[in-house]
Amino acid sequence: MPFAGHRVWRGAVSFALAMAIWQLVVTLSGVPRFILPGPWLVLQALGANAALLWQNAHWSAGNLALGLGVGIFLGVETALLLTLSRRARWLLRPMLVVAQAVPVFALAPVITLWLGYGMPSKIVTIALVTYFPIASALFDRLMALPPGLSDLSRLAGASRWRETLLLRLPHAVPGLISGLRLAVVYGPLAVLIGEWVGSSRGLGHLMLMANGRGQTALMFAALVVLAALSLVLWVVVEALARWAARRSYI
Amino acid sequence: MTAPAIHLAGVLQGAKATLIEPFDITLPGGQWSVLLGPSGVGKTSLLRLLAGLPCAAQLQGQIIAEDGTPLAPRVTMMAQDDQLLPWADALKNVTIAARLRGERPDPYRAGMLLTEVGLGAEKDRKPAELSAGQRQRVALARTLYEGRDIVLLDEPFSALDVVTRHQMQGLAARLLAGRTVILITHDPAEALRLADHAWIVARGGISPCALPSAPPPRRIDAPDTLAAQADLLRRMGLASPDKAA
Repeated sequence: MPFAGHRVWRGAVSFALAMAIWQLVVTLSGVPRFILPGPWLVLQALGANAALLWQNAHWSAGNLALGLGVGIFLGVETALLLTLSRRARWLLRPMLVVAQAVPVFALAPVITLWLGYGMPSKIVTIALVTYFPIASALFDRLMALPPGLSDLSRLAGASRWRETLLLRLPHAVPGLISGLRLAVVYGPLAVLIGEWVGSSRGLGHLMLMANGRGQTALMFAALVVLAALSLVLWVVVEALARWAARRSYI
Repeated sequence: MTAPAIHLAGVLQGAKATLIEPFDITLPGGQWSVLLGPSGVGKTSLLRLLAGLPCAAQLQGQIIAEDGTPLAPRVTMMAQDDQLLPWADALKNVTIAARLRGERPDPYRAGMLLTEVGLGAEKDRKPAELSAGQRQRVALARTLYEGRDIVLLDEPFSALDVVTRHQMQGLAARLLAGRTVILITHDPAEALRLADHAWIVARGGISPCALPSAPPPRRIDAPDTLAAQADLLRRMGLASPDKAA
């Protein structure tokens, strides 16, 4: 890992530069702090509200993890079902295409109406938003077996099930990873939107509260925490992608 | 069970036009038959039909084993593209067809075959860590692991450099001896090196070639091999091979 330290260093420099520009803009323009607080104020808000932020982050992260888990699980199951069953493909594929055209985020209010302000509505929103990219990216790769491998399977007289397990699934690992990359971008967005539509806890809820009370620095602090959460997910997916590349899942 | 002869007769019909006019040939059992012809003439289609693989062209006619058994379960194929699984090591690549059938793989036998093709030390390497020649050796070991008595070779050596190709031809000739081997190629030198029997495939039909009397694998620099090569080039449409360069 000779470059790991180098990358961290580069990230830190780039982050520091962004903060400096932000502080400079605030100082030079003289914007009031309830419109745009500088990074220093946000940092102070982070420190002063650490417990509050932690509690709400905990709640949002829990929902996010559960929602992502459900979305990924159902997405993988759907892709596999469609691959294994011609009948399922015939029946569900058009549905999947149409469903993708629906902006799922727009369903958040309806979902909240049906399931209430609590955890279920959040999990369903997150799961819905992550389900489609996973299912479709994985399914596309599962169905795109290279012709040579397809011949191999036919000559061996493989069943569809074994062909899927031994050839299609390993071949589709990069598809799953593309799906995951999208899912970890959409997931945190879904948390935020779900909580904005209606909730009693969570980072999105905290942001609404802070905004209503003119605590702009706290709002930014919550945003920073949410960004950190997204970053963690991103790091996990990138690690997974590197592992797959090392194992020659290409 | 001895390797059967294969009787191949009919017309090869493409989507729009006839690809090969009526032909009727018998590929002898337990020997190397080479179908020689330019690219795009329909050789690969013939081979895919023999293997029972999906194919754009249609054969109006018949493909039968002379001993009357169905062909498909006795056939294995090796192609120009090695068709190895990038994520699996050499050993697992050799046993993939068995695993696809749900049989318990025999790593000992697979290892022996890898040793036989000269890859005893590379058993746990993945395709990306092997050279093109080594990958084709793995593909050959995989073909041998199948233990089928009809082996179809779709230009398996054409992407290799000259020296590697020569080595692979010798290796394949030795290891596939006794099976009914059908090799398609566009290279007269390869046909002359490996064929017990050879045919030229053209739109007008499939016609036999005369081969030097020496048994394969033949020396590529023997005078009668070189003379036969000039003759084949002429028949494949090169008017004057001597001046072609």
